[in-house]
Amino acid sequence: MPIHEKSLIRPENLSTHDNLTIDGVDVSGDWSTFIKARVVQDYNEDLQDEIAALPGGENIHRCWQCGSCTNACTVNALNPDFNPRLWIYLIRMGFEAELVRDKDIIWQCVSCNKCTSACPRDVVPEGVMKATAHWLELKGYTPKTPSTEFDEIFSNQVIHTGKIEDGAVLLGFFRRTGQSPFQDWVIQMGKQLAMGLPIRMLMRMGLATLFHPRTRGWDRARAAIEEYVEEQEAAHRKALGLGGSSHDPHAPRQAQPIPQAAE
Amino acid sequence: MADNKYNLIAYYPGCALEGTGSAYNTSTKAVGKALGLGLEEVKNWNCCGAMEVKNIDPKIQTYLSSRVMSIAANEMGHDVVMAPCNGCYHNLKKAEYDLTHDEGSKEVTERLSSKAGHATYQAGQVETIHALDWIKKSIGEDGIKSRVKNSLSGLKVANYYGCMYTRPRHIFPEKDKGPGTESTSAPHFMDDILDAAGADNVDFALKTACCGGAHTLSDSDTSTKLVLNILQAAEESGADVIATECPTCHTGLEMHQIRAEKRFGVKTNVKILYFTQLLGIALGLNPRKVGVHENVSKPMGMLRERRIV
Repeated sequence: MPIHEKSLIRPENLSTHDNLTIDGVDVSGDWSTFIKARVVQDYNEDLQDEIAALPGGENIHRCWQCGSCTNACTVNALNPDFNPRLWIYLIRMGFEAELVRDKDIIWQCVSCNKCTSACPRDVVPEGVMKATAHWLELKGYTPKTPSTEFDEIFSNQVIHTGKIEDGAVLLGFFRRTGQSPFQDWVIQMGKQLAMGLPIRMLMRMGLATLFHPRTRGWDRARAAIEEYVEEQEAAHRKALGLGGSSHDPHAPRQAQPIPQAAE
Repeated sequence: MADNKYNLIAYYPGCALEGTGSAYNTSTKAVGKALGLGLEEVKNWNCCGAMEVKNIDPKIQTYLSSRVMSIAANEMGHDVVMAPCNGCYHNLKKAEYDLTHDEGSKEVTERLSSKAGHATYQAGQVETIHALDWIKKSIGEDGIKSRVKNSLSGLKVANYYGCMYTRPRHIFPEKDKGPGTESTSAPHFMDDILDAAGADNVDFALKTACCGGAHTLSDSDTSTKLVLNILQAAEESGADVIATECPTCHTGLEMHQIRAEKRFGVKTNVKILYFTQLLGIALGLNPRKVGVHENVSKPMGMLRERRIV
């Protein structure tokens, strides 16, 4: 059975009868398992185009369904339900409801690029995973995933200051996802790190958290990038047939101001 | 096969090397000094975009990386940029590829560069290399052998390269070109360098496995499982130490080694050191000079046991 037809044999789509005779033939029990007739009426004919309109999804139409991506996939080895090949198929067929069944795991792609390296058709499956995760958020199927929260905190800091300071990203992420920064493994890591370090260095690290490192004269680059990001956001929403407002709860990519610090 | 071209080059440390990966920065500079190689830091550099900005928009990442190369080429007159961080190295390579092959990336880079007020980077202006290429091409194995003062003999090393150094292969056109070049399926530059420094490299199957670095905080359990695979595979192949060449991998291995113990009750003892730290020690540098006191896995005891220090 081809992978894309597996939905037909999900338990809820099968039926057996303890006692059933048709035209004088006894078809009771597992010997005569029936697959319920499937009628798909809710194709989203634009699904492939919607994914292709988001960054990373551009090449999805090139897929031949060879399965190299899933075969190479790091996350698939941990969770067999994580199946890029299947999702690419569902998107190309417009099976939106089937795709959405896996909405809570698609974002877990770790961007190791094994799929993209293995793909003979230059589909860039890694990009398609990111585009699909983004699409699920824009359509309101999932709240912002932890991965998106992290990407935004990180990218906002880069766009604002030109540089990244690990401590600020870490704390910002814990705050936004409601986690305590005082988890056992974080404390242990901090202890082991601090053990070997001279005071001078600990102070330097502390100061970097307070005063973010910055690229000098970054303001013009920042303004140019922000303008570009806004244009792109509007274009993505338009491609998905969503309203122009980027203020609804699922709208990502809104730059959050970062406290200013002396250079 | 030493090449003078790499004796004085532009150096792009990147954000991680000024934060969690500072030992990589210290040891890279110390090794460069010990080998008489000049590194000139890219002036007023910015973040390359790491693993995150591309998820907002890949073309912004291309612009960010292109700015670094533009400064090296147009303001400093360099034609080689060395990035020790796999993420930076990968992004500069990716930008080079996109600016050569994708008209849209080129347009956005031109637009952002001109609005930001600096020269637009033109594909081909610089050659981006990794710290591994730098050592291999400037000094080479023979050069290392002749300079080793403190052989790593007896130290069993698993060389771990991670994802970004070899994947996706199309952005590394210089690799997979036969003898002497790096392989994307079975990379060996770090093996070659540490072998020349006397180390006993072990047969390690997970050289290019993923450590889950992109989701180290946002999906920590997945990352911990992936790191645990790597740590256990290294131990099973008899390694005392995993040599790293990426600050994200290095920190990920250290962090999830602790997390695996706390969360899953699985303890591993393999130590984690940057290849530049091991090389520096082999060249006779004091372990403090290469930042070994910053390593969370506390490798000094093991190094003493193996009579390396």
